[in-house]
Amino acid sequence: MFLNQFLLLAAVLFCIGVYGVLVRKNGVLVLMSIELILNAVNINLVAFSAFNQNIDGQVFALFIIAVAAAEVGVGLAIVLLIYRNRRSIDVAEANLLKG
Amino acid sequence: MFAAEEVSWLFRNVWLIPALPALSFVLILFFGKRLPFKGAEIGIASVVVAFSLAVLTTFAWIGNIQSAESHSEEAIFLEGPDGEQTPIVLTAEEAGEARGAPIITEVEWFSIGPDANKVILGTEGNSDAGHDEDGHSDDEDEDGHSDDEDAGHDDDEEEGAGFGGDDNVVDVAFAEDGGTVAEAHGDRFSISIGTLVDGQSVMMLFVVTFISLLVHVYSTDYVKGDRRFTHYFAFLSLFTSAMLFMVLSTSTMQLIVGWELVGVCSFALIGHWWEEKANSDAALKAFLTNRVGDIGLLIGMSILYFAAGRTFSIPRINELAVNGTIPKGTLTIAAVCLMAAVMSKSGQFILHTWLPDAMAGPTPVSALIHAATMVVAGVYMIGRLYPVFFIGFGIAGSSINLMAFIGGLTTVGGGALAFVQKDIKKVLAYSTVSQLGYMVLALGMGAYTAGMFHLFTHAFFKACLFLGAGSVSHACHHSFDMKADMGGLRKYMPKTFWTFMIGSGALAGIPPLAGFWSKDEILVGAGVWPNTGGNGTYYLPFVFGMITAAMTAAYMARTIWLTFFGEYRGHDEPHESGARITTPLIILAGMAVVVGFLNMPSGFVKFFGAPEGLAHRFEDWVEPAGVSTFVTSDNGFTHAKPSLSLAIVATLLALTAGGAVVAYYRALYAKDSKATEYTDGVMSRIPGLRAGHKFLEEKYYLDHLYTGAIAGGTKGPLARATDWFNQNVLDGIVNGVGKLSVGLGNFIYNIIDQKAIDGVVNGSGNSASGAGQFLRGMQTGQVRQYATLMFGATAVVAAIFIFAV
Amino acid sequence: MMALLAQQTEAVIETAWIPNAFFFVIAAVMVLAALKMVSTKNVVHAALYLLIVLSGVAAVYIFLGAEFAAATQILVYLGAIMVLLLFGVMLTRAKLGAETDLDHDQRWIGALVGASLLAVMSYSLWDAFGGDKLPADPTPQDAPTGVKNTQLVADEIFSTYLVSFEVLSVLLLAALIGAVVVARRD
Repeated sequence: MFLNQFLLLAAVLFCIGVYGVLVRKNGVLVLMSIELILNAVNINLVAFSAFNQNIDGQVFALFIIAVAAAEVGVGLAIVLLIYRNRRSIDVAEANLLKG
Repeated sequence: MFAAEEVSWLFRNVWLIPALPALSFVLILFFGKRLPFKGAEIGIASVVVAFSLAVLTTFAWIGNIQSAESHSEEAIFLEGPDGEQTPIVLTAEEAGEARGAPIITEVEWFSIGPDANKVILGTEGNSDAGHDEDGHSDDEDEDGHSDDEDAGHDDDEEEGAGFGGDDNVVDVAFAEDGGTVAEAHGDRFSISIGTLVDGQSVMMLFVVTFISLLVHVYSTDYVKGDRRFTHYFAFLSLFTSAMLFMVLSTSTMQLIVGWELVGVCSFALIGHWWEEKANSDAALKAFLTNRVGDIGLLIGMSILYFAAGRTFSIPRINELAVNGTIPKGTLTIAAVCLMAAVMSKSGQFILHTWLPDAMAGPTPVSALIHAATMVVAGVYMIGRLYPVFFIGFGIAGSSINLMAFIGGLTTVGGGALAFVQKDIKKVLAYSTVSQLGYMVLALGMGAYTAGMFHLFTHAFFKACLFLGAGSVSHACHHSFDMKADMGGLRKYMPKTFWTFMIGSGALAGIPPLAGFWSKDEILVGAGVWPNTGGNGTYYLPFVFGMITAAMTAAYMARTIWLTFFGEYRGHDEPHESGARITTPLIILAGMAVVVGFLNMPSGFVKFFGAPEGLAHRFEDWVEPAGVSTFVTSDNGFTHAKPSLSLAIVATLLALTAGGAVVAYYRALYAKDSKATEYTDGVMSRIPGLRAGHKFLEEKYYLDHLYTGAIAGGTKGPLARATDWFNQNVLDGIVNGVGKLSVGLGNFIYNIIDQKAIDGVVNGSGNSASGAGQFLRGMQTGQVRQYATLMFGATAVVAAIFIFAV
Repeated sequence: MMALLAQQTEAVIETAWIPNAFFFVIAAVMVLAALKMVSTKNVVHAALYLLIVLSGVAAVYIFLGAEFAAATQILVYLGAIMVLLLFGVMLTRAKLGAETDLDHDQRWIGALVGASLLAVMSYSLWDAFGGDKLPADPTPQDAPTGVKNTQLVADEIFSTYLVSFEVLSVLLLAALIGAVVVARRD
C-alpha cells in the first residue's frame, strides 16, 4: 500500500469538509463538516504513524478524537443558544460582528 | 493508658478520621434529601465518630510522648545546657526520637514513568529493602501481564510490557541516604499518599473535628429551613474531610491536593446564597485570590521536589533541608514562593482582601472555615515545612525577615481596619486577619511552639466569637450591622453575651484566658525583652506585636459596647437563641478559658505551687521530634524564656486600650443611650469625641495608606516612586490645571478652541470616520465569508510556497 | 484484522492486492458519502452520510494497523458524537423532510476554494511522497515482539504523554461545564 493513497483520501475529505463549512447555512451541518475535517486530519496522523513506525501519531489522533468530542459538545451548546435566541440556526443570520 | 497494640492500631488507621466525613459527603449527596433531617444526621454522626477517634488519637499520642519522656529524661538533662542564650534546647537526636518521632503510614498513590512496573507500597518499617533488581523479584503472583504473550521473554522486555499490577514492596523515600534518591528513582515519578501522625497533626485533628462537630450542631438551627440545607451539610462534610486529609499529609503532593480541596469547599460555602450577586462575587474573589497564592505554592513545592532529589515526602524534604543537602539559596527561593501561598490562604497582607469578603457565607461556615481551620492552613504548612522556612529565611540570629515582616504588617494592618467596620462579622474577619498575622509573625521569629499554640487557642475563641456573632444576628433578624440593628443585647441574650465576653477577653489577651498565654509566648519569642533569649532580636516585629495587643483589646471593647451595651436600636424584640446555638457557644467559651493552661510557663507553675509536670505541656506534645536533626544543627531553634514583667506590661497595655474605649462609650451612652460614634450632634458637643472621630477617620485613611505605601514598599521602590508621583505630582498637576482652566476658560475657549482646535479635531474626526466607513464595508459579520477568505488565502499562500519558493 | 493479515503476508507485500482493493472500495464510498453529506437537502440524511464516512475512517485505521484508534473512533464518533449531533438536529427542530434553504447562494465560491485547496494539497503530496510505500508491519521496530498496538498506545499515553492526557481530562471537564452553562435555560 502506498502512503499517498491515505493522504490523498484525507485531502479529499478535508476539502469536502471545507466546502461544507463554507456553503452550509445550518449550524448543525457546519459542525458535521468540521467533524469531517478533523477526521481527515486524523487519517493523516495515523497514516504517518504507520509510515514512520512510530506510535505517537496514533496518540495524537486519540487526543484529537477527545478534543473533537469537547468541541462538538460546546459547539452544539452554542447552536442551541443561537436557536433559542433567534428561533433559527442559520449561521448567515448570526452577523452581530457586522461593522 | 492504652495498650501498645491499640496505640499502634490508632496511629496506623488514622486515615479513618478523614475518610468518615468523606463517606458522609457521598451519602448526603445521594440520600440526604430523603432522610428525616435532610442529611444533617449523617454529617453529625460521621463527625462525632471522627471526633471520638481524634480524641483517642490525641490521648494515645500524649501517652506515647509521656512514656517516651520518662525513658529519656536523663538524656534531655545531659544534653540540655547550651549556654545562657539557649535556656531550653530541644536536644540530641536520640532524645528527639525517643520523644515520639512522627508515625508515617503510606501507600503508593500512583507512579508514572518507564520504570512503572515497580510499584512501591512502602511503609517506614522495611527500610533495608534495596531498590534495584534485588528488590524487584519476579513474583509468582504477578499476573497483570505475564500470561501467554510474554512467556519466554527476558527482563528488558518486561520494561516495555506495561502496567502490570504487581506490588513489590520497595521503600525508596526513607531507605536511601543522601543524594542517591534521584538515581534511585530514575525517571519515575511516584507519589505516595498516607498519614503522618505527630504532635502538630494530632493537634489539628483535635481542633478540626472538635470545631466541626460544634459547627454541625450549631448549623442545624442556624440554617434551618434553608433551601440548600442538604447541600450545605454535604459541603461541611467535604470540607472537614479535606481539611483532615491535608492535615495528615505525608507528601507535598497530598498537601497540595488537600489545600485545593479546602479551597473549593470554601468557594462553595461562601457562595452558599449565590442568588445575591455580592455573595457569588465574594466566592469568586476568594477563589481567584487564592489562585494567585497557589501559583507560589506549586512553584515552591516543585523547587523542593527537585532540590530534594525528586521526592515529595515532607519528612524527607525537612531532613535534607536540615542536613544541608539542599543549598540555603534554594531553600530561600522555595520559602519565598511558599510565602505567597501562605499570604493568600492565611489572609496575609497584601492578599488578605478576600477574607473579609468571605463573610458573605453563612456564619457557622465563617467560624469553621474562615476563622478556625482553613485559613490556618498556611500557618500549618509553614509548621509542616518549618526547616525549609527556618533555614531559608535564616530566622536564627536575625532581626527581621520576610515572614516576620509580613506577619507583623498583617497583624497591625488587620487590627487597625477592625476599628472602622460596622458589620460585626467584618470586625471579626479583620481580627482573624490580625491574629493570623500574629501566628505568622511568631513563626517568622522562630517561635514555633508559640505560633502553633496561638493557632490552637485562637481556633477556640475565634470560633466562639463567630458563632456568638451568628447568634446575635439570629436574634436581630439576620442583620450584622452593629450600628443600625444592635445595642443593648446584654439584657436580651445573656448566654450569648457572656460567651462573647469570654471570647473577646481571650482574644484581647486578658489573663487567665487562653489568648493571654499564647500571645504572651509570641511576644516573648521576639527575644527583645530583657532576659528572654529567643532566636534573634526581632525589634520591629515585637513593636508590631505590642501595638496589636493594645489594638485588639480596643476594637473588641468597641464591638462589645456597640453590640451589647447602650439601648437596642433595631426593630422588634430580640430574643436569646435556642439550645443548639447556645450550647456550642458555652462549650467553646469553656475551652477558651481552659486551653491556655496547657502551656503555662514553668515559673508560673512554680509560683502557684502546682506540680512541675503541668508546665509547658503543649510544647512537649506538639513540638516536632521528627526534625530533631534540625534542632541539633548549627543554627537550631531555641525557646525563649518566659518573662513575668513582659506579661504584666502587655496585659496592662491591653487593659488600658480596652478601658479607654469603654470610657469613650460610657461617656457617649451617658449623653444618648442610642447613639453611635457617627452621630453628629454628640460629636460637635464633646471635644473628646471629636478627637476620636478624627482618629477613626485617620483609620479610614489607612485603607489608602496600606494599598499605596505598604504594597508599594513590598513591590519595590519603583512602585513607591510611581505612587508618590501619582499622589503628589499628578494630583498637583490635575488640581493646578483645574484651577487654571476655571480662570482662563473663557479666554481659551474664544481664541484657541473655536478656531485652531476645532479645526484639527473635526479634521481628524472626519478622516477617521471616512476610513472607518470604508473598512466597515468589509466587516459583514458573516463568519462564512471570513472562513472563505481564510481558506482561500491559505490555498494561495500554500501555492506560493510550493511553486514560487 | 488487516494488521494481522499484513503481518502474516510480510514477504509478499506486492501481491497483497486484496486489502488494497478493499481500501479503494471503502475510500470511494467515503468520498461519495462525504459529497452527499455536503450536498443533501435533508439534515437527518446528512447525519447518516456522516456516519458512513466516520465508519470508513475507522476501517482506514484498521488498514493502518491502528486497532485501538479504530475502536475509539467507533465508540466516540459513531457512538457519542453522532448521537450528540442528532440531538442537535432534534432540539433545533429541523424539518424531517427535505429543506430548500440549506446552502448559501454563492456555492461556487466554496467549491472554488475547496478545489484549489485540493489541487495544492494533491500536488504537494504527490511531489513529496510520490511512491513511498507503507512498511509491512506498522508497529515500531523497537517494540518487543508480540506486543499489541493497544498496549503500545497505552504505554505511550501513560508515560510520555501523561501530562497532556491529564490536561486533556481537564479540558473535557471544562467543555462539559461550559456546554452546560451555555445551553442551560435560565
